[in-house]
Amino acid sequence: MPILEMKNICKYFPGVKALDGVSFDLQEGEVHGLIGENGAGKSTLMKVLSGVYQPTKGDIIYQGEKVEFDGVLSAIEKGICIIHQEFNLFDNLPVAENIFIGREPIKSSGLVDKVQLRVWTEELLAKYNLNLDPDKKVKELSVAYQQMVEIAKALSYNSKVLIMDEPTDALTKREEKVLFNIIEMLKESGLTIVYISHRLEELFEVCDRVTVLRDGQKIVTKDIEDLDKNSLVSYMVGRELTDFYNWEEHPIGEEILKVENLSDNRHINNVSFDLKKGEILGFSGLVGAGRTELMKSILGVNSVVEGKVYLEGDEIKISGIKDAIDHGIGYLSEDRKKEGLILQMSTRENTTLTILDKISQFLFPDKKKEYDIVDSFIEDLDIKTTSKQKVRNLSGGNQQKVAIAKWLAIKPKILVLDEPTRGVDVGAKAKIYSLIVELAKQGIGIIMISSELPEVIGMSDRIFVMYEGDITGEFSRQNFNQEDIMLAASGEKIRKV
Amino acid sequence: MEINAKAEGGSKMKKESNILKRFLEIEESTILLALLILSGVISILTPKFLSSYNLLSIARQMSLVAIVAVGQTLVIITAGIDLSVGSIIGFTGIATTMLMAAGIPVFIAIILGLAVGALLGYINGTLITKIDIPPFIVTLGMLSIARGFIMVLTQGWPISEVPDSFTFLGQGYILGIPVPVIIMVAIMILGHIFLNSTNLGRYIYAIGGNEEAAELSGLNVKKIKTLVYTITGFLAGVSGIIMASRLSSGQPNAGDGWELDTIAAVVIGGTSLMGGEGTIFGTFLGAAIMAVLRNGLVLLNVSVYWQTIAIGAIVIGAVAMDRIRQKRKLKAN
Repeated sequence: MPILEMKNICKYFPGVKALDGVSFDLQEGEVHGLIGENGAGKSTLMKVLSGVYQPTKGDIIYQGEKVEFDGVLSAIEKGICIIHQEFNLFDNLPVAENIFIGREPIKSSGLVDKVQLRVWTEELLAKYNLNLDPDKKVKELSVAYQQMVEIAKALSYNSKVLIMDEPTDALTKREEKVLFNIIEMLKESGLTIVYISHRLEELFEVCDRVTVLRDGQKIVTKDIEDLDKNSLVSYMVGRELTDFYNWEEHPIGEEILKVENLSDNRHINNVSFDLKKGEILGFSGLVGAGRTELMKSILGVNSVVEGKVYLEGDEIKISGIKDAIDHGIGYLSEDRKKEGLILQMSTRENTTLTILDKISQFLFPDKKKEYDIVDSFIEDLDIKTTSKQKVRNLSGGNQQKVAIAKWLAIKPKILVLDEPTRGVDVGAKAKIYSLIVELAKQGIGIIMISSELPEVIGMSDRIFVMYEGDITGEFSRQNFNQEDIMLAASGEKIRKV
Repeated sequence: MEINAKAEGGSKMKKESNILKRFLEIEESTILLALLILSGVISILTPKFLSSYNLLSIARQMSLVAIVAVGQTLVIITAGIDLSVGSIIGFTGIATTMLMAAGIPVFIAIILGLAVGALLGYINGTLITKIDIPPFIVTLGMLSIARGFIMVLTQGWPISEVPDSFTFLGQGYILGIPVPVIIMVAIMILGHIFLNSTNLGRYIYAIGGNEEAAELSGLNVKKIKTLVYTITGFLAGVSGIIMASRLSSGQPNAGDGWELDTIAAVVIGGTSLMGGEGTIFGTFLGAAIMAVLRNGLVLLNVSVYWQTIAIGAIVIGAVAMDRIRQKRKLKAN
């Protein structure tokens, strides 16, 4: 009998079916992998299981009984605990105090009983064979050991089911091995583990069974022996591509940008690629593969250790966004609220921020010119706003259009679009797609970073795929194929040009 | 029918509360209202308040604070703070009077004094932007250093050998209006135009609103921030020189504690310490409220110690208003 069963779980948010009838079970003492693309429903499912969300429909049967969790605490009390990607630790407190924070043994005097606290911690660490110094401050530990503290904290609640959300994301290769050993040990001591990951290869190292989710539905649950990388990928993608992308055949000119052997010794290693006039160049890969860092290095926002950049045949060294603008290169940030827009400023002020000095005469902006430029963008991009409205009050889609307008205003030769449709509604998406094609037709070279596979495939003329700072794949449009791109994104070198 | 009437009454109430809300959202109108109420109460309590002599003296009293507060407004809009203005006021006053005592012509001494103020501000700005030290720390250090140099230079004695022609700036009148008031009005108008109509003004708001986005829009954030601190140092110099002229001497303790007055004027004027928002007109009203309050308390024979308490309470009250406004805005979103 499984220790836990989730039956027909549905979770609806306004306008979205995040989970649509997912059934899922855990055998006692197994490590169960849970995978899927961004937005497949992994996190939502685990939030339902750990009491963060209450399901719209469906039952959870735990140790033979039907249970309902009305919050994280009630799940923890029953022994179900989640370890998030982001740690919840107090850096300046020692390990022991972090593990038992809020539950410290108290002496009759009202002070914390440090001796007892130490005893508890040592007992806990010994029980699970965790190699941690109870007195060391968390900030003095490496990320892998901080994670161990999180695990110890979870275990201190007598957890029976441990959910680990992308546990290797912040770890180095060597640290991963440490984690896998711990997982093995926990398994032997009878714990059941749910292992969420988007890195395929590690599933084969740690998991007994794997469940694949896609678009809020369960696709399959299988023993790991019956799976390989290719079959996993085809379960994960298998989505039909639509012609929602408005891509059309358009002329592609000569080379405009060439990057040779760029490295920063941190996020990117020895990256080379080229971009042609009027080309839409897709950059695919997992979150954290180094795509944003690559672009920021080219633009001089991040520092570069080695490598060369050529613009229209001439070697250049761009010193920052200001310099990039002077070279005719625009960069749309992936995070419009943090890096893209000044939220308390108006549509007008945001749009012209990149060109204000150019439309000014001795410090004074030409008001008429400014209004003309902004009004024409509002019309062309169909932005639902007036030029005076603060962008804070606009919808995500309209905010994104303003952020794009800001870069069109510099009349770019090259436009780098980092996740151009993130957090944008369908209507605005379609508008942005047709705009991208339109710009390419005008001869602008476009680099589009996107983590959505259908989008990259639907929009690009050519695709580069990155994995851990390397370019692992290059595909020309006639060779686009979801499985190949997904494999390249998980580290396999594939070139089909 | 009754239900209808109720509904109507409800919508009427809603309308009224909307007007109130709108009024609350126009930040300066609240401050203006506060200033008018305060003036009204004081003028009822003492008829001396509304005499033209008294009003001009209020204007003169507020002018030196208000001049520096223009710079402080720019700094606070970039989400920074300048604690060194009081010491720069003192330092420039001493520097200018010492130069004059050494026989340097008045005009040149004033130019050099202003340059010293700007230089100290420039040093603040450079340390903040190039070495990335928080403005609070840099300007706190400068507060101490500049005041220390004053003491080293003067040994605590005032510099009183100043030419008569120098006193015009602080003591003279043009068409019956005190010169410091005219300078204040001129600087406020220039500050307003700078902040609202130039591209640099727009950049200052942008940096305070979202420094990262400003940088990623191609703005030279470091240069602009340095400029803002330099302007503030310069304006502290203007104020310091006028004060020396008014006192016919360089006083070692001149400007002591003025960082509080300038910051208070800015904050009462509705500029958010979080940056990105604020106006020169608001700062003008903030400085006026403080001057009127001080003047009123003097006219009413309230002890000078109580004045300090009242100013402190107003500052906290103004920031509390700001926080409540911010929270309401967040809720509305």
